[in-house]
Amino acid sequence: MKTLLVAEYRDGKVLNSTYELVAFAEKLGADSAMFLVGSDSTLPAYTGTLYLADVGKYSEFNPAVHKQLLLDVIAREQPDMVVFAHSSYGWDLAPRISLALNAAHISEVVDIVDGVPIVPVCNAKLRRAVKAKTAQMVLSLQGGAFGLENEPSGSPTVIPIDTDTAAQVEFCGYEEAEAGGVDLSKAGVIVSAGRGIGKPENLAMVEALAKALKGEYGASRPVVDSNWADHGRQVGTTGQTVSPKLYVACGISGAIQHLAGMKKSEFIVAINTDKDAPIGEVADVLVVTDLKEFVPALTEKLKNL
Amino acid sequence: MKILVCIKQVPDMESKFKLNGEGNWYDGTDLAWRMNEYDEYAVEQAVQLKDQLGDADLTVLSIGPERVKEMMKKALAMGCDRGAHIADDDFFKKDPFEIASVVAEFAKDKGFDLIFTGMQSQDRGSGQVGVLVAEMLGLPSITTIVDFAFDNGQITAKRELEGGMKAIVKTRTPALMTCQLGLNTPRYPTLPNIMKAKKKELLSIPVSELLKVEAKQETAKMYFPEKKGGGLVLEGSVGDLVDQLIKILKDKTAVLA
Ligand SMILES: Cc1cc2nc3c(=O)[nH]c(=O)nc-3n(C[C@H](O)[C@H](O)[C@H](O)COP(=O)(O)OP(=O)(O)OC[C@H]3O[C@@H](n4cnc5c(N)ncnc54)[C@H](O)[C@@H]3O)c2cc1C
Ligand SMILES: Cc1cc2nc3c(=O)[nH]c(=O)nc-3n(C[C@H](O)[C@H](O)[C@H](O)COP(=O)(O)OP(=O)(O)OC[C@H]3O[C@@H](n4cnc5c(N)ncnc54)[C@H](O)[C@@H]3O)c2cc1C
Repeated sequence: MKTLLVAEYRDGKVLNSTYELVAFAEKLGADSAMFLVGSDSTLPAYTGTLYLADVGKYSEFNPAVHKQLLLDVIAREQPDMVVFAHSSYGWDLAPRISLALNAAHISEVVDIVDGVPIVPVCNAKLRRAVKAKTAQMVLSLQGGAFGLENEPSGSPTVIPIDTDTAAQVEFCGYEEAEAGGVDLSKAGVIVSAGRGIGKPENLAMVEALAKALKGEYGASRPVVDSNWADHGRQVGTTGQTVSPKLYVACGISGAIQHLAGMKKSEFIVAINTDKDAPIGEVADVLVVTDLKEFVPALTEKLKNL
Repeated sequence: MKILVCIKQVPDMESKFKLNGEGNWYDGTDLAWRMNEYDEYAVEQAVQLKDQLGDADLTVLSIGPERVKEMMKKALAMGCDRGAHIADDDFFKKDPFEIASVVAEFAKDKGFDLIFTGMQSQDRGSGQVGVLVAEMLGLPSITTIVDFAFDNGQITAKRELEGGMKAIVKTRTPALMTCQLGLNTPRYPTLPNIMKAKKKELLSIPVSELLKVEAKQETAKMYFPEKKGGGLVLEGSVGDLVDQLIKILKDKTAVLA
């Protein structure tokens, strides 16, 4: 089995997701080579062949050009699997590659069982084993699914690559995430509000509980998208990553992107009307109840302790 | 300006799911259906663009069984001009490549200047269909947009990246955008617009007329994940639950010390 790992690079750095691809190849016991549009001054810690295109020339985001660079390497390496992180870089590039190769693309892979990729369905309430009908396969891996056993190490054998393909889009630079007033990663207790709070007025009860526990309040993405809370409060892949002593999720279903931001919390309490909500998979305690009654009652009791 | 929006109908994620007889999909009976959340942003962006331009023709497309027409009527009431329902009772057995091929086959000679899709569906969420459609049609595509501006054929979009950082990207029409949560605030259809929508064109086309490829992947089986960790599940009256939780917090954490 031969894999080609598509490394990720942003803002002058090789991203950690790259090493999850290495862990995946190791788990499969597969040979690997790596592809990177990056720089020879910041090489990944990797032992093996690295096909390197110069980011100064080809830019950090340039789908049509990265696609051609990668297709040229695939033609040379003939891998059985082309492996991406299922991230803003991977889910953009992987379908372009799978179509050009006429290969199956299986995305959001969370596990491999007997060689068959497993993907989540319906907000991870279900799982599906997916079989490719093509010999070559493109996979994109869910972040955190294939953890690193060891600190990444090694230095690659670099093979420089080039193309003269024309760009279809122009990358004009980055905009930093809005700076929030709070650094949630420093809070010992976080009580977060999800869409289950129903209306913006109910955020106050979550805030009150956070206060009673001497913590901060956080939020899931829909609460932020609806402007009920600032982006600085958002927990998850596109917000902050936190690991407090206690995390209380109020009316949060437990989507993969939210879990990625809080599952390392020491103790997790979920308050949810749905007993099957996927947050139950990481919660130490799932309280099946209506938060609108439970949260104020809990806050009152805590105040009187 | 001709615009196409692709929307998918998905079950309410709070549903209690059961497996179908073959064990390769969920059982569709007793489920409540709604428009894929990401696609609501796609419809809204298309309608906002039409408002900005004053003159545009907006087609909404969905592949699925008869029931998807209900959702399409919502899109028409939000401001789409016409609907193309690709009738397919077996749509869930199709892989993203087949779904994208059907959309591309429909779109190929209609001269759409812009196509909007969701970045992913809520049920399967492979996040492939939009990009595949663009590649099949030879169009540039920008994925995961959280901001969109259009000026005289020039598109400036912001792509959302991990951690909330954004990349600013420009391209020109014709092009395809995949829409991320929070791109805009999807409108609620008003009653007069719901009435008007009833008179709008909603064509049904059998999928067999547009499907010319074969799937590249298939479901081996579908199953419920094992509950790992063995977390405690508490049920009962609010008063009891409060007491139980406080006891647990005292025993297992230091936060009440
Ligand atoms: C690329 C990408 C990045 C993302 N980044 C993030 C991120 O950083 N953070 C994030 O949170 N999400 C993120 N998301 C969105 C994520 O996929 C989910 O859509 C989101 O987390 C859902 O938020 P929620 O749990 O609050 O809402 P829902 O999924 O709608 O869940 C609401 C929950 O509330 C429960 N509920 C309803 N009423 C009550 C009640 N009265 N009492 C108790 N419980 C109740 C329901 O049973 C349900 O479980 C991202 C998505 C993508 C595609
Ligand atoms: C239980 C179950 C069983 C399945 N079995 C199989 C199987 O056997 N083989 C297989 O390959 N796949 C199977 N699927 C996957 C499935 O049918 C996909 O939903 C479909 O291939 C589209 O991919 P997606 O939803 O991941 O689209 P995404 O790429 O995540 O969707 C992105 C966007 O594409 C557009 N879009 C997607 N679908 C449609 C549509 N129907 N009409 C209009 N626009 C659309 C929307 O704008 C959407 O936001 C199964 C799914 C489930 C839940």
